[in-house]
Amino acid sequence: MNSPITKSKSLDINVIRQEFPILNREVKGRPLIYLDNAATTQKPQQVLDALMHYYTNYNANIHRGIHTLAEEATAAFEQTRDAVKSFIGAGSREEIIFTRGTTEGINLVAYSWGRKNLQVNDEIIISNMEHHSNIVPWQLLCEEKGAILKVIPINEKGELMLDEYKKMLGPKTKLVSIVHVSNALGTVNPVRQMIADAHAVGALCMVDGAQSAVHLDINVTELDCDFFAFSAHKLYGPTGVGVLYGKKAILEAMPPFQGGGEMIKEVTLQKTTFNDLPYKFEAGTPNIADVIAFKSAIHFVQSIGKEKIRRHERDLMDYGQQELEKIPGLKIIGQAKEKAGVISFVIEKAHPQDIGILLDNRGIAVRTGHHCAQPLMDHFCIPGTARASFAVYNTRYEIDELVKGLLRVVKILS
Amino acid sequence: MSQELNIAETEQEIISEFALFDSWDDKYEYIIDLGKRLPPLDTKYKTDENRVRGCQSSVWLVADFKDGKLFFQADSDAVIVKGLISMLIRVLNKRTPDEIIEARMDFIREIGMTTHLAQTRSNGLLSMVKQMKHYALAYKIKDPVPSKN
Repeated sequence: MNSPITKSKSLDINVIRQEFPILNREVKGRPLIYLDNAATTQKPQQVLDALMHYYTNYNANIHRGIHTLAEEATAAFEQTRDAVKSFIGAGSREEIIFTRGTTEGINLVAYSWGRKNLQVNDEIIISNMEHHSNIVPWQLLCEEKGAILKVIPINEKGELMLDEYKKMLGPKTKLVSIVHVSNALGTVNPVRQMIADAHAVGALCMVDGAQSAVHLDINVTELDCDFFAFSAHKLYGPTGVGVLYGKKAILEAMPPFQGGGEMIKEVTLQKTTFNDLPYKFEAGTPNIADVIAFKSAIHFVQSIGKEKIRRHERDLMDYGQQELEKIPGLKIIGQAKEKAGVISFVIEKAHPQDIGILLDNRGIAVRTGHHCAQPLMDHFCIPGTARASFAVYNTRYEIDELVKGLLRVVKILS
Repeated sequence: MSQELNIAETEQEIISEFALFDSWDDKYEYIIDLGKRLPPLDTKYKTDENRVRGCQSSVWLVADFKDGKLFFQADSDAVIVKGLISMLIRVLNKRTPDEIIEARMDFIREIGMTTHLAQTRSNGLLSMVKQMKHYALAYKIKDPVPSKN
């Protein structure tokens, strides 16, 4: 088809690619080379089938109906909850809350936990490499509560300065919210240790797992994080679905996020009591179809095996870095010892936007700009980067095409 | 040229030039070439007030008004954008406010910019046009000289 058969140790990538119908399309007259997986991943046929199957066979509103369709839909919906619980090693299904995505999960914690537990002069710690979704909710919260937002600095390699982090922790620290894998740099942060450090001063720790859920093995019990948020669409699942994991005791003590149907026990005009976990935090009719289809995405990943996927992605990362470094004037941004999933780079005399436009003209999809991490770009004094990010269906051939495209970009723009 | 072209004629010139290219590869090379030749803007003009919003890259636009006509200068840190700017300036520079306000700017669509560029990018281009028209309107209100011919 558009790429030769590629065997990656024990993975036949060409067979995997056949699961993704969108990879057959052309862009600007050339085969699509999709390297924007950190933004969103493509969906395998089984996920697409699950969506159609739901709407064709058992679409119904869930949780309250007693008719057959409602029971089938409810069962399928709750099966995803169980699948997610196993996928991330959570203790109980009450700790798995469905949201619209990572951003909503973080906002839920800021709104529900933050407003109840934060006082004037309390401190929240984030880092300088955070995505805006893990900055702005805390800024809004701190402004409202008179709390202080502290920021862990990063070094020139794009690694957290952990000594500075330890110095920041103190009796006033109430929450640390940290990204697991940076969407802009690929840096993998040592969150397990950071969580332990936070707990040692009595602070809670939230992990932004938007990029890590797909690339790393996640076990929230081992990590001992208090909250973990991630999105289905970055994990070969549909858009509009995310998960917020929270430790049961913490979630139980939190006031609700949104009010409405589903999250109530009893409603009178004088007083309303709230439902048990996890429903307390799932107001209104959820994104039923996409939650159900999400389970197929989890199965897809588990059937291949995260370890095998990781080895293939590791090979792509290493090959990608090695080949990109041969391009004159190209500099890779983010040289942490441990990286996953993305290679961000700049090219001398080439604005990332120009790179993106010219690559798109060859059918190559990369992302350019600040990647919703403006403070991070400010740190490196650059307007943005071009970012190639990988998934299980990418190949070395696609990296070769990217390199060819970039050599041409360099030639035209110099 | 012994006689200056009007806006519509200038737009037609650009459309004809682009028609000579077969592929978008060649069109982009041409745009980039235009961009490289656009004279840089003096740093003193690269301020926040002169920024045009709606672009991933930084774009600055300045307008002067003399003898009833607008004179534009612009710059960007992205070279394709510079190329696009140079085409806009070629069409709208040294025109009266009325001419600029009424300009239809059809050439942008005719050369394929609105279909070929993603919506996000063509929004940036349209922001620039809008900004240039705002300048024209502002100068017209400030100095309402009836335009001759």
